[in-house]
Amino acid sequence: MDLLDMFLNVGFWAATVRMATPLIFGTLGELICERAGVLNLGIEGIMTTGAMVAWMWVYQGGDLWTAVLVAAAFGMLFGYLHSMFSVYMGLSQHVTGIGITLLATSLSYFSFRMLLPGVTTPPKIEPFELEPIPFLSDIPVLGEALFTQSPLTYLAFVLVIVVAYVLYKTPVGLAVRMVGENPMAVEVQGIDVYRVRTAAVTVGSGFMAVGGAFLTISVFDAFYFDMINGRGWICVALVIFASWKPGKALLGAVLFAAFDAIQIRVQQSSASFIPYQFYLMMPYLFSILALIIMSRKAAYPKALLVPFRRGQR
Amino acid sequence: MSQSEIVLRVEGVTKRFGTLTANSSISFSLEKGKVLSLLGENGAGKTTLMNIIFGHYTADEGHVEVFGKRLEAGNPAEAIALGVGMVHQHFTLADNLTVLDNVILGTESLWRVRQARAAARQKLQSLSQEFGLEVNPDALVSALTVGEKQRVEILKALYRGARVLILDEPTAVLTPQETDQLFATLKDMIARGLSVIFISHKLGEVMQIADRIAVLRHGQLVAEFPVAEASREIIAEKMVGETIPQPKRTEMEPGEPVLQIAEASARDEQGQAVLKKVSLTLRSKQIIGMAGVSGNGQKALSDLISGLLPPTEGQVAVKGEAVRVFDPRSMVAKGVGRVPEDRHLQGVVGDFTVSENLILEDYTNPRFSRRGWMRAGEIAAHARKMIKAFDIRGGGPETIVRGLSGGNMQKVILARVLENNPDIILANQPTRGLDVGAATFVHEQLFKAKERGAGVLLISEDLEELLAVSDQVVVMYHGQVSAPMPVEDVTLQQLGLLMSGETFTAAGTEM
Repeated sequence: MDLLDMFLNVGFWAATVRMATPLIFGTLGELICERAGVLNLGIEGIMTTGAMVAWMWVYQGGDLWTAVLVAAAFGMLFGYLHSMFSVYMGLSQHVTGIGITLLATSLSYFSFRMLLPGVTTPPKIEPFELEPIPFLSDIPVLGEALFTQSPLTYLAFVLVIVVAYVLYKTPVGLAVRMVGENPMAVEVQGIDVYRVRTAAVTVGSGFMAVGGAFLTISVFDAFYFDMINGRGWICVALVIFASWKPGKALLGAVLFAAFDAIQIRVQQSSASFIPYQFYLMMPYLFSILALIIMSRKAAYPKALLVPFRRGQR
Repeated sequence: MSQSEIVLRVEGVTKRFGTLTANSSISFSLEKGKVLSLLGENGAGKTTLMNIIFGHYTADEGHVEVFGKRLEAGNPAEAIALGVGMVHQHFTLADNLTVLDNVILGTESLWRVRQARAAARQKLQSLSQEFGLEVNPDALVSALTVGEKQRVEILKALYRGARVLILDEPTAVLTPQETDQLFATLKDMIARGLSVIFISHKLGEVMQIADRIAVLRHGQLVAEFPVAEASREIIAEKMVGETIPQPKRTEMEPGEPVLQIAEASARDEQGQAVLKKVSLTLRSKQIIGMAGVSGNGQKALSDLISGLLPPTEGQVAVKGEAVRVFDPRSMVAKGVGRVPEDRHLQGVVGDFTVSENLILEDYTNPRFSRRGWMRAGEIAAHARKMIKAFDIRGGGPETIVRGLSGGNMQKVILARVLENNPDIILANQPTRGLDVGAATFVHEQLFKAKERGAGVLLISEDLEELLAVSDQVVVMYHGQVSAPMPVEDVTLQQLGLLMSGETFTAAGTEM
């Protein structure tokens, strides 16, 4: 196995960018929630819902882009439910999040079974096609890899810039960051803390659902049970890795996806005595190591996990 | 006086928290360009009242009028729009953001695509020049000193065009010099037509700055009069309701050293040097008072003495014997009694009962447990004895400690600590948040311990308390400790200068 060969291989880089896409959506979504002070552990279930809903929409004859919107809407619905418990009632964000994940996951499986009873092999749809961008995609290797992708991948990259801009350059972004640092500082300036947090969790959850949708209507063409396969949890870790910064979140997502892509290739090419489970483990091992190194000096949002209760002494 | 304009009127405001009535039909008004001082002990309901005016809390009865307009309850945005600005006792700033960020939040529509930062910076700078509130707009709030943070809070209010400024215990965190500076700024603002509500429990300050004084006691407005008609004695009596005789310090010949710290240095979890070659000798039958602006290493020093923070260099000796193992249990065993700074966090377990809290440091003692079983009878008997001896009110042995008042909670801690007759008593802010009666009780207990032969290290931000109780005074500044000064030779002004670092020099070794 020649590593150099692999790194010069367009297929490898294209796969990395593709595998990074759902992570970018998920990490951005989680980052928005956490910047507002709410840990959203509903992410795994919300991604599952996004995957199922988008696929089902297309399967029932809907349009691909509308499917993305529908997925986002369902994600936002679960995000709103999350904030009802975690923001308005001030309940434990851990318990709420895990509850949302369990609820969203099982509801998705249940609806899939209800709508398509007796299906054994998952039916297929016509997913997004790759859209090479003229000229840019002609650049050797990197250009080919980056600019011959699904439109949703381009959207993910654009959203990184949009989220960074909104967070750092607009009044609403300042309110979101501030509410994650010290909600009282927001309350005394006459802004409703509950609304800011609810909006952030709702929008962030919409992002997560689109990440899930990418899997069923862009990478694959079918919906499987367990297809999110821990990607949501990885996003939670990536937010810490990224020190709550959108740019670094992109970097983290790509890095993790690269490990994943390496893992697949090493697994395939080495006729080895090492069991394949070891390679499966690698990306997670690397992400733990990266976390340890990167997050030691992370300045986490001070009010993360702290519920705000108005009028309390 | 009837010609002057009323800017703010409070009408029959009542607020209850559960069974506690924090404010009971309170009415008063504030005139333009005047300072109304709201005096009262801790827990008298001052902060609750201000939070109602600002819209954090919703009053159960009554209402607030600003410039003749009635405020909608529970809406800070409206109070701000009508020109009410509030400087909270606990700063409401986001540490990881810049001063400018903190000031402009909420001043522009949330849905603007761009912030008008340049214009905002200019407005902020011109305001800070106009009122002499110097602060760097691009500095991170976490890098500011306490005094600077307070300036940011005032600027926040001015930026929003506040015409009525509420200051909740603004001097609690300031050195005497910083307080003078704040007062100069306030007088300047008043001259420009601002009206101020100044909340405090420090009489001296109020006499300096206020035009009128309103006194709150147990949630009721018990008196209101012009400052010219007031005397310290009258106000004090109104605040407390009765006069409590203050215990007197007795001069005693200090005995053997019980605690010696020699050039001890320590670092916190982030690796910051929090103690720098600290030397201190505490003798038996002696109370040493430690002054200093909070955050100058007092916490590290008390952690060191409690055994929570091992020194990186230097020595600590208890009763002449060098300490090798730093952990809380062995320090307690050596005779260190600790009254921690934050009684809720470190002093008691809030959801445990009084009797459980009384044996927290002693539950393995055969008196209270045998062969792994707690001895309920002994524990309850002990609790009853302590409740009697320390006059713990508000419940019996089985009362949950969280439900006690601050003063009674502190009595539980004192009972636990003093019962074991420790040779060293570390009292960190033991009277913070207590009313005069409870504070007096704490002082009496410290005097008793001293007469019994203990050495007391009293860390406090209340300089008047330090001067009244201590035999010697030291000042802590930037992780260093000054040489001890006999209390007779120290004035408030000197302490202030030392605390601000201007005349500060660290003590040498003395072992």
